[in-house]
Amino acid sequence: MSWLTNYVKPKLQRVLSSRETPDNLWHKCKACGQMIFQKDFEANQYVCGHCDHHDRVPPAGRFNALFDEGKFELMSLPRPVQDPLKFRDSKKYTDRMKAARADTGDDDAIKVASGTIGGTEAVVAVQNFYFMGGSMGMAVGDGIIAGARQALKLNAPFVMFTASGGARMQEGILSLMQMPRTTVALQMLREAGLPYIVVLTDPTTGGVSASYAMLGDIQLAEPGAMIAFSGPRVIEQTIREKLPEGFQRAEYLKDHGMVDRVVHRHALKDELATILKLVMGGQYRRRAAAE
Amino acid sequence: MTRDNKTVPTEKGERQMMTFLEFEKPIAELEGKIRELRSFSHGRDFDIGSEVGQLEGKLGRLLKDTYANLTPWQKMQVARHPERPHFKDIVAHLTEDFTPLAGDRTFGEDEAVIGGLARFRGEACVIIGHEKGSDTESRIRHNFGMARPEGYRKAIRLMDMADRFGLPVITLVDTSGAYPGVGAEERGQAEAIARSTDKCLSLGVPLVTTIVGEGGSGGAVAIAAANTVLMFEHAIYSVISPEGCASILWRTNEKAKDAATALKITAQDLLTLGVIDKIVAEPLGGAHRDRERAMNMLGDAIEESLKSMAGMDGERLRRLRREKFLAMGAKGIN
Repeated sequence: MSWLTNYVKPKLQRVLSSRETPDNLWHKCKACGQMIFQKDFEANQYVCGHCDHHDRVPPAGRFNALFDEGKFELMSLPRPVQDPLKFRDSKKYTDRMKAARADTGDDDAIKVASGTIGGTEAVVAVQNFYFMGGSMGMAVGDGIIAGARQALKLNAPFVMFTASGGARMQEGILSLMQMPRTTVALQMLREAGLPYIVVLTDPTTGGVSASYAMLGDIQLAEPGAMIAFSGPRVIEQTIREKLPEGFQRAEYLKDHGMVDRVVHRHALKDELATILKLVMGGQYRRRAAAE
Repeated sequence: MTRDNKTVPTEKGERQMMTFLEFEKPIAELEGKIRELRSFSHGRDFDIGSEVGQLEGKLGRLLKDTYANLTPWQKMQVARHPERPHFKDIVAHLTEDFTPLAGDRTFGEDEAVIGGLARFRGEACVIIGHEKGSDTESRIRHNFGMARPEGYRKAIRLMDMADRFGLPVITLVDTSGAYPGVGAEERGQAEAIARSTDKCLSLGVPLVTTIVGEGGSGGAVAIAAANTVLMFEHAIYSVISPEGCASILWRTNEKAKDAATALKITAQDLLTLGVIDKIVAEPLGGAHRDRERAMNMLGDAIEESLKSMAGMDGERLRRLRREKFLAMGAKGIN
């Protein structure tokens, strides 16, 4: 601790540390360190104009960029039991949730919407990494199940944008149970002959990667996205070796046969539109069970 | 975890390895005293029967007290006890004609997961589970029960076969988690686990799982998305190890005991949460104290579960299994 933090009174500190520009005017690229106008950054879909680094995108940004004319219908999602384990670490889980809700304005780490992508109707679920690391608890599982059910109802494909550090530890075993729960939802789509398309974004790890993130009929990934079951630190601690260059990045996974295509964010909408049109346009396609 | 390895002389004068857990020290001392008295009086002419009887009564009460009030952290130690019955012990004790089948037909054979055909209480079945090994050599061979993608792909292959031939599937879970390694990641650890869970949920034959010791995260759930999930009384089942959770949320390993409590990893809590279907009681003082009895009780529970599904068609089995998981999480702990 410096003399400043020790000595200066909290109130004074706040004055000292407050910056002249608002927080959200500039963005500093995590990869190359260049300063970018936040507005330009957002207009460029959170891709750095200097080094092409793909930063994380909140759900609204995804929906706006993806759906035709930025028009979509947000689904209202079920609200599961809150804090089922009465979990408390250094903070209470309910306090962490309050803070995350205040920060993001969202209820939990997933949003689901429907609309058309290049003319094809689709249901799209987006995980929000900015909400507790996109962690998967009951709410995320319920969101995916609700999204899959909506796709069934609309006889439409289901597109899943993953972004998550894994299971939400504060929901303990119930977060682990989202692995089989979401898998059941995907099986329903499969049986109805509806495509399930995954877009792996940075990061997709742990229990999320080991369930719905890896079960897509088609697996797309964004450049440079970290996609892993065990994080690199855990592996390094286990084997005590340096990890190979580019290990667990999207391109690496493609080279190892786990991903179909690595797609630049600027090309993603067109690519998805083409894929959806093709995959839904088979002349031998079976009719939906609902009809 | 602290353990005392002691070589204890038994009544017949053989030497037998017993591992005592930290909290079992008073139990170990009492057991030692009884043994000492017995060996002292052996072949001599005075009667110590009443004293031994008294001590044995005390020992029974102590065991009962200790084991009825285990903390989650202590349960975790019991679940990891090296003398707890493992897959191979259980298969040898409960099945006949066990025919292990190897390999994933894609890359290799992973002995962290063992599986094959067997006859369980008269019925042909497929049995699959993690094996941790029982001595240094076998622990290395079984990779301490931490499976690589090949292990899960073998499980998928065997479940597929069971489905095709109408054989019920029994799985036994005992792993600290899937193996975190470069090769495992390169060959799709995440995908293998996801597909294995997927396979469990699509089976048209009964699937009965037991969490025998440790149910560690995705590596456990991959073979545990079952019609019936049984759990030994002192087993644990968790989304992350208490040590891992503590180092992430508290940023220190020292809080692992708190994490064990907060995570709700015991069979009793999981039954309340509706994540497991039934607790299989263990003999007094844990399964490692009377392995044979523990395994018999497990066999009875598995048999009962299989009988409850007898005659159900594939569609119904699948539906019941899926509905169970979809409904999970509706209730919390108060």
